[in-house]
Amino acid sequence: MKLHGKAVLVTGASRGIGREIALELAREGADIAVNYSGSEQRAIETAEEIKRMGRQAIVVKADVSDASDVEKMVKDTIQAFGKLDILVNNAGITRDNLLMRMKESDWDDVMNINLKGVFLCTKAVTRQMMKQRSGRIINISSIVGVMGNAGQANYVAAKAGVIGLTKTAAKELASRGITVNAIAPGFITTDMTDKLPDEVKEGMLKTIPLARLGEPSDIAKTVLFLASEDSRYITGQTLHVDGGMVM
Amino acid sequence: MADVLERVTKIIVDRLGVEESQVNLEASFKDDLGADSLDVVELVMELEDEFSMEISDDDAEKIGTVGDAVNYINGKM
Repeated sequence: MKLHGKAVLVTGASRGIGREIALELAREGADIAVNYSGSEQRAIETAEEIKRMGRQAIVVKADVSDASDVEKMVKDTIQAFGKLDILVNNAGITRDNLLMRMKESDWDDVMNINLKGVFLCTKAVTRQMMKQRSGRIINISSIVGVMGNAGQANYVAAKAGVIGLTKTAAKELASRGITVNAIAPGFITTDMTDKLPDEVKEGMLKTIPLARLGEPSDIAKTVLFLASEDSRYITGQTLHVDGGMVM
Repeated sequence: MADVLERVTKIIVDRLGVEESQVNLEASFKDDLGADSLDVVELVMELEDEFSMEISDDDAEKIGTVGDAVNYINGKM
Protein backbone atom coordinates (compact mmCIF):
# COMPACT_ATOMS: atom_id res chain seq x y z
CA MET A 1 0.00 0.00 0.00
CA LYS A 2 1.31 3.39 -1.04
CA LEU A 3 -0.37 5.57 1.56
CA HIS A 4 -0.37 3.42 4.67
CA GLY A 5 -1.31 5.51 7.72
CA LYS A 6 -1.54 8.81 5.83
CA ALA A 7 -4.20 11.33 6.86
CA VAL A 8 -6.10 12.86 3.95
CA LEU A 9 -8.72 15.55 3.51
CA VAL A 10 -10.73 15.45 0.26
CA THR A 11 -13.11 18.34 -0.40
CA GLY A 12 -16.32 17.61 -2.27
CA ALA A 13 -15.89 13.90 -1.60
CA SER A 14 -19.51 12.80 -1.31
CA ARG A 15 -19.92 12.06 -5.00
CA GLY A 16 -18.44 12.15 -8.48
CA ILE A 17 -14.68 12.40 -8.91
CA GLY A 18 -14.12 13.37 -5.25
CA ARG A 19 -15.78 10.21 -4.00
CA GLU A 20 -13.65 8.08 -6.32
CA ILE A 21 -10.50 9.88 -5.11
CA ALA A 22 -11.42 9.26 -1.46
CA LEU A 23 -12.03 5.56 -2.09
CA GLU A 24 -8.85 5.10 -4.15
CA LEU A 25 -6.63 6.69 -1.49
CA ALA A 26 -8.34 4.65 1.24
CA ARG A 27 -7.68 1.45 -0.75
CA GLU A 28 -3.98 2.38 -0.55
CA GLY A 29 -4.13 2.65 3.23
CA ALA A 30 -5.05 6.28 3.94
CA ASP A 31 -7.52 7.56 6.52
CA ILE A 32 -9.93 10.02 4.96
CA ALA A 33 -11.88 13.11 6.02
CA VAL A 34 -14.84 13.23 3.62
CA ASN A 35 -15.91 16.83 3.14
CA TYR A 36 -19.35 17.71 1.75
CA SER A 37 -21.57 20.76 1.71
CA GLY A 38 -24.97 19.48 0.61
CA SER A 39 -25.09 15.71 0.15
CA GLU A 40 -24.81 14.49 3.72
CA GLN A 41 -26.28 11.05 3.06
CA ARG A 42 -23.86 10.34 0.22
CA ALA A 43 -20.94 11.61 2.28
CA ILE A 44 -21.89 9.18 5.05
CA GLU A 45 -22.11 6.36 2.48
CA THR A 46 -18.62 7.20 1.21
CA ALA A 47 -17.27 7.21 4.77
CA GLU A 48 -18.97 3.89 5.55
CA GLU A 49 -17.39 2.33 2.48
CA ILE A 50 -13.97 3.54 3.63
CA LYS A 51 -14.51 2.11 7.11
CA ARG A 52 -15.40 -1.25 5.59
CA MET A 53 -11.87 -1.26 4.12
CA GLY A 54 -10.57 -1.06 7.68
CA ARG A 55 -9.55 2.57 7.43
CA GLN A 56 -10.69 5.52 9.54
CA ALA A 57 -13.10 8.01 8.04
CA ILE A 58 -14.94 11.08 9.24
CA VAL A 59 -17.48 13.26 7.45
CA VAL A 60 -17.03 17.03 7.73
CA LYS A 61 -19.59 19.53 6.51
CA ALA A 62 -18.05 22.76 5.27
CA ASP A 63 -18.59 25.37 2.62
CA VAL A 64 -15.08 25.73 1.20
CA SER A 65 -15.69 29.39 0.34
CA ASP A 66 -16.24 30.22 4.03
CA ALA A 67 -13.01 30.79 5.97
CA SER A 68 -14.39 29.85 9.39
CA ASP A 69 -16.00 26.67 8.00
CA VAL A 70 -12.68 25.73 6.41
CA GLU A 71 -10.67 26.35 9.57
CA LYS A 72 -13.04 24.22 11.58
CA MET A 73 -12.93 21.45 8.97
CA VAL A 74 -9.13 21.33 9.07
CA LYS A 75 -9.10 21.44 12.86
CA ASP A 76 -11.60 18.57 13.08
CA THR A 77 -9.54 16.52 10.62
CA ILE A 78 -6.30 17.04 12.55
CA GLN A 79 -8.09 16.25 15.80
CA ALA A 80 -9.46 13.00 14.36
CA PHE A 81 -6.23 11.74 12.79
CA GLY A 82 -3.57 13.58 14.81
CA LYS A 83 -1.99 14.98 11.62
CA LEU A 84 -2.73 15.92 8.02
CA ASP A 85 -0.54 14.63 5.21
CA ILE A 86 -2.54 15.20 2.04
CA LEU A 87 -5.12 17.74 0.93
CA VAL A 88 -7.12 17.20 -2.25
CA ASN A 89 -8.93 20.35 -3.36
CA ASN A 90 -11.69 18.84 -5.43
CA ALA A 91 -14.91 20.68 -4.50
CA GLY A 92 -16.36 22.61 -7.39
CA ILE A 93 -19.53 23.77 -9.08
CA THR A 94 -20.62 24.95 -12.53
CA ARG A 95 -22.96 27.80 -13.46
CA ASP A 96 -22.57 27.72 -17.23
CA ASN A 97 -23.80 30.40 -19.57
CA LEU A 98 -22.61 32.54 -22.42
CA LEU A 99 -20.68 35.60 -21.30
CA MET A 100 -23.49 37.89 -22.37
CA ARG A 101 -26.03 35.92 -20.36
CA MET A 102 -23.89 35.20 -17.31
CA LYS A 103 -25.15 36.78 -14.10
CA GLU A 104 -22.72 38.43 -11.73
CA SER A 105 -23.86 35.99 -9.04
CA ASP A 106 -22.99 33.04 -11.34
CA TRP A 107 -19.50 34.45 -11.70
CA ASP A 108 -19.11 35.06 -7.97
CA ASP A 109 -20.46 31.67 -6.88
CA VAL A 110 -18.08 29.77 -9.15
CA MET A 111 -15.09 31.94 -8.25
CA ASN A 112 -15.80 31.63 -4.54
CA ILE A 113 -16.06 27.87 -4.46
CA ASN A 114 -13.70 26.83 -7.26
CA LEU A 115 -10.87 29.33 -6.69
CA LYS A 116 -11.20 31.07 -3.32
CA GLY A 117 -12.06 27.69 -1.80
CA VAL A 118 -8.71 26.29 -2.95
CA PHE A 119 -6.91 29.28 -1.46
CA LEU A 120 -8.70 29.00 1.89
CA CYS A 121 -8.17 25.25 2.23
CA THR A 122 -4.51 25.52 1.20
CA LYS A 123 -3.94 28.32 3.69
CA ALA A 124 -5.64 26.38 6.46
CA VAL A 125 -3.56 23.20 6.07
CA THR A 126 -0.24 24.97 5.56
CA ARG A 127 0.45 25.48 9.25
CA GLN A 128 0.16 21.78 10.06
CA MET A 129 2.14 20.69 7.00
CA MET A 130 4.91 23.22 7.68
CA LYS A 131 5.25 21.86 11.20
CA GLN A 132 5.38 18.32 9.86
CA ARG A 133 7.95 19.41 7.27
CA SER A 134 5.98 17.39 4.74
CA GLY A 135 2.71 17.48 2.89
CA ARG A 136 0.97 17.03 -0.42
CA ILE A 137 -1.57 19.41 -1.87
CA ILE A 138 -3.36 18.28 -5.01
CA ASN A 139 -5.69 20.66 -6.79
CA ILE A 140 -8.30 19.50 -9.26
CA SER A 141 -8.28 22.06 -12.08
CA SER A 142 -9.71 21.31 -15.52
CA ILE A 143 -8.46 21.02 -19.07
CA VAL A 144 -10.77 23.92 -19.97
CA GLY A 145 -8.68 26.06 -17.64
CA VAL A 146 -5.84 25.45 -20.11
CA MET A 147 -7.73 25.66 -23.42
CA GLY A 148 -10.83 27.81 -22.70
CA ASN A 149 -14.41 26.73 -23.33
CA ALA A 150 -17.40 28.62 -24.69
CA GLY A 151 -20.16 28.99 -22.13
CA GLN A 152 -17.89 28.56 -19.10
CA ALA A 153 -16.14 31.90 -18.60
CA ASN A 154 -16.50 31.73 -14.82
CA TYR A 155 -15.49 28.08 -14.52
CA VAL A 156 -12.57 28.44 -16.94
CA ALA A 157 -11.25 31.57 -15.21
CA ALA A 158 -11.43 29.85 -11.82
CA LYS A 159 -9.74 26.67 -13.07
CA ALA A 160 -6.98 28.67 -14.79
CA GLY A 161 -6.61 30.56 -11.51
CA VAL A 162 -6.12 27.27 -9.71
CA ILE A 163 -3.15 26.49 -11.97
CA GLY A 164 -1.51 29.82 -11.08
CA LEU A 165 -2.24 29.31 -7.40
CA THR A 166 -0.72 25.83 -7.61
CA LYS A 167 2.54 27.20 -9.02
CA THR A 168 2.79 29.94 -6.41
CA ALA A 169 1.98 27.68 -3.47
CA ALA A 170 4.54 25.19 -4.82
CA LYS A 171 7.24 27.87 -4.81
CA GLU A 172 6.34 29.17 -1.35
CA LEU A 173 6.16 25.79 0.33
CA ALA A 174 8.84 23.74 -1.43
CA SER A 175 11.48 24.54 1.18
CA ARG A 176 9.24 22.98 3.84
CA GLY A 177 8.88 19.64 2.10
CA ILE A 178 5.39 20.35 0.78
CA THR A 179 4.58 19.69 -2.86
CA VAL A 180 1.66 21.30 -4.65
CA ASN A 181 0.40 20.01 -7.99
CA ALA A 182 -2.72 20.24 -10.10
CA ILE A 183 -4.60 17.82 -12.29
CA ALA A 184 -6.49 19.03 -15.34
CA PRO A 185 -9.12 16.40 -16.18
CA GLY A 186 -10.67 16.32 -19.64
CA PHE A 187 -14.20 15.04 -20.20
CA ILE A 188 -14.91 12.61 -17.40
CA THR A 189 -18.11 10.56 -17.14
CA THR A 190 -20.07 11.89 -14.16
CA ASP A 191 -23.70 12.79 -13.46
CA MET A 192 -22.92 16.05 -15.24
CA THR A 193 -21.70 14.59 -18.54
CA ASP A 194 -24.30 11.78 -18.50
CA LYS A 195 -27.01 14.37 -19.07
CA LEU A 196 -25.46 15.69 -22.29
CA PRO A 197 -27.20 14.85 -25.60
CA ASP A 198 -25.60 12.09 -27.71
CA GLU A 199 -24.55 14.44 -30.51
CA VAL A 200 -22.67 16.61 -28.02
CA LYS A 201 -20.91 13.54 -26.65
CA GLU A 202 -19.98 12.42 -30.17
CA GLY A 203 -18.62 15.90 -30.87
CA MET A 204 -16.49 15.63 -27.75
CA LEU A 205 -15.14 12.23 -28.73
CA LYS A 206 -13.79 13.64 -31.99
CA THR A 207 -11.54 15.95 -29.99
CA ILE A 208 -10.10 13.14 -27.83
CA PRO A 209 -7.23 11.19 -29.44
CA LEU A 210 -7.79 8.23 -27.10
CA ALA A 211 -11.41 8.22 -28.35
CA ARG A 212 -13.24 7.71 -25.08
CA LEU A 213 -14.46 9.80 -22.18
CA GLY A 214 -12.40 9.51 -19.02
CA GLU A 215 -13.53 7.59 -15.93
CA PRO A 216 -13.42 9.08 -12.42
CA SER A 217 -10.85 6.36 -11.66
CA ASP A 218 -8.50 7.85 -14.29
CA ILE A 219 -8.38 10.98 -12.14
CA ALA A 220 -8.24 9.08 -8.84
CA LYS A 221 -5.21 7.06 -10.01
CA THR A 222 -3.41 10.29 -10.90
CA VAL A 223 -4.20 11.75 -7.49
CA LEU A 224 -2.77 8.60 -5.94
CA PHE A 225 0.45 9.10 -7.90
CA LEU A 226 0.76 12.74 -6.81
CA ALA A 227 -0.04 11.79 -3.20
CA SER A 228 2.52 8.98 -3.05
CA GLU A 229 6.29 8.90 -2.64
CA ASP A 230 6.57 8.05 -6.34
CA SER A 231 6.04 11.72 -7.23
CA ARG A 232 8.33 13.24 -4.61
CA TYR A 233 10.39 15.22 -7.16
CA ILE A 234 7.36 16.80 -8.86
CA THR A 235 5.94 20.14 -7.74
CA GLY A 236 4.11 23.07 -9.32
CA GLN A 237 2.95 20.97 -12.24
CA THR A 238 -0.40 20.51 -13.91
CA LEU A 239 -0.96 17.00 -15.26
CA HIS A 240 -3.40 16.78 -18.16
CA VAL A 241 -5.52 13.67 -17.75
CA ASP A 242 -7.61 14.14 -20.84
CA GLY A 243 -6.98 11.37 -23.35
CA GLY A 244 -4.65 13.66 -25.26
CA MET A 245 -7.06 16.55 -25.92
CA VAL A 246 -4.43 19.17 -25.14
CA MET A 247 -0.76 18.52 -25.91
CA MET B 1 10.49 39.90 31.01
CA ALA B 2 13.72 37.98 31.27
CA ASP B 3 11.85 34.73 31.21
CA VAL B 4 9.96 35.65 28.04
CA LEU B 5 13.17 36.81 26.36
CA GLU B 6 14.89 33.61 27.39
CA ARG B 7 12.17 31.43 25.93
CA VAL B 8 11.94 33.51 22.75
CA THR B 9 15.72 33.40 22.37
CA LYS B 10 15.78 29.62 22.66
CA ILE B 11 13.19 29.28 19.89
CA ILE B 12 15.09 31.68 17.63
CA VAL B 13 18.38 29.86 18.19
CA ASP B 14 16.76 26.48 17.45
CA ARG B 15 14.83 27.67 14.43
CA LEU B 16 17.29 29.97 12.72
CA GLY B 17 20.51 28.30 13.76
CA VAL B 18 22.06 31.54 15.04
CA GLU B 19 24.29 32.09 18.08
CA GLU B 20 22.60 33.10 21.31
CA SER B 21 24.87 36.16 21.43
CA GLN B 22 23.34 37.45 18.17
CA VAL B 23 19.86 37.54 19.66
CA ASN B 24 19.12 40.87 21.34
CA LEU B 25 16.01 43.04 21.53
CA GLU B 26 17.07 45.24 18.60
CA ALA B 27 17.87 42.33 16.28
CA SER B 28 15.69 42.18 13.17
CA PHE B 29 14.68 38.65 12.16
CA LYS B 30 15.22 39.32 8.48
CA ASP B 31 18.12 41.79 8.47
CA ASP B 32 20.20 40.55 11.40
CA LEU B 33 19.23 36.93 11.93
CA GLY B 34 18.99 35.75 8.33
CA ALA B 35 15.33 34.76 8.38
CA ASP B 36 13.21 34.79 5.23
CA SER B 37 9.47 35.59 5.25
CA LEU B 38 8.51 31.97 5.74
CA ASP B 39 10.94 31.61 8.65
CA VAL B 40 9.23 34.53 10.37
CA VAL B 41 5.81 32.92 9.83
CA GLU B 42 7.14 29.72 11.38
CA LEU B 43 8.69 31.57 14.31
CA VAL B 44 5.37 33.22 15.03
CA MET B 45 3.68 29.81 14.89
CA GLU B 46 6.16 28.45 17.41
CA LEU B 47 5.72 31.44 19.68
CA GLU B 48 1.97 30.82 19.58
CA ASP B 49 2.53 27.26 20.74
CA GLU B 50 5.18 28.13 23.32
CA PHE B 51 3.07 30.84 24.95
CA SER B 52 -0.35 29.28 24.24
CA MET B 53 -1.69 32.34 22.48
CA GLU B 54 -3.07 33.22 19.09
CA ILE B 55 -1.28 35.93 17.15
CA SER B 56 -3.47 37.36 14.39
CA ASP B 57 -2.08 37.83 10.89
CA ASP B 58 -2.30 41.61 11.32
CA ASP B 59 -0.33 41.52 14.57
CA ALA B 60 2.17 39.04 13.19
CA GLU B 61 3.02 41.38 10.33
CA LYS B 62 4.13 43.99 12.84
CA ILE B 63 6.64 41.69 14.49
CA GLY B 64 9.98 42.48 12.88
CA THR B 65 12.49 42.36 15.71
CA VAL B 66 13.11 40.22 18.76
CA GLY B 67 11.95 43.16 20.89
CA ASP B 68 8.66 43.36 18.95
CA ALA B 69 8.01 39.72 19.73
CA VAL B 70 8.91 40.01 23.41
CA ASN B 71 6.82 43.16 23.87
CA TYR B 72 3.87 41.61 22.10
CA ILE B 73 3.98 38.51 24.26
CA ASN B 74 4.41 40.50 27.47
CA GLY B 75 1.44 42.65 26.47
CA LYS B 76 -0.74 39.58 26.05
CA MET B 77 0.27 37.76 29.21
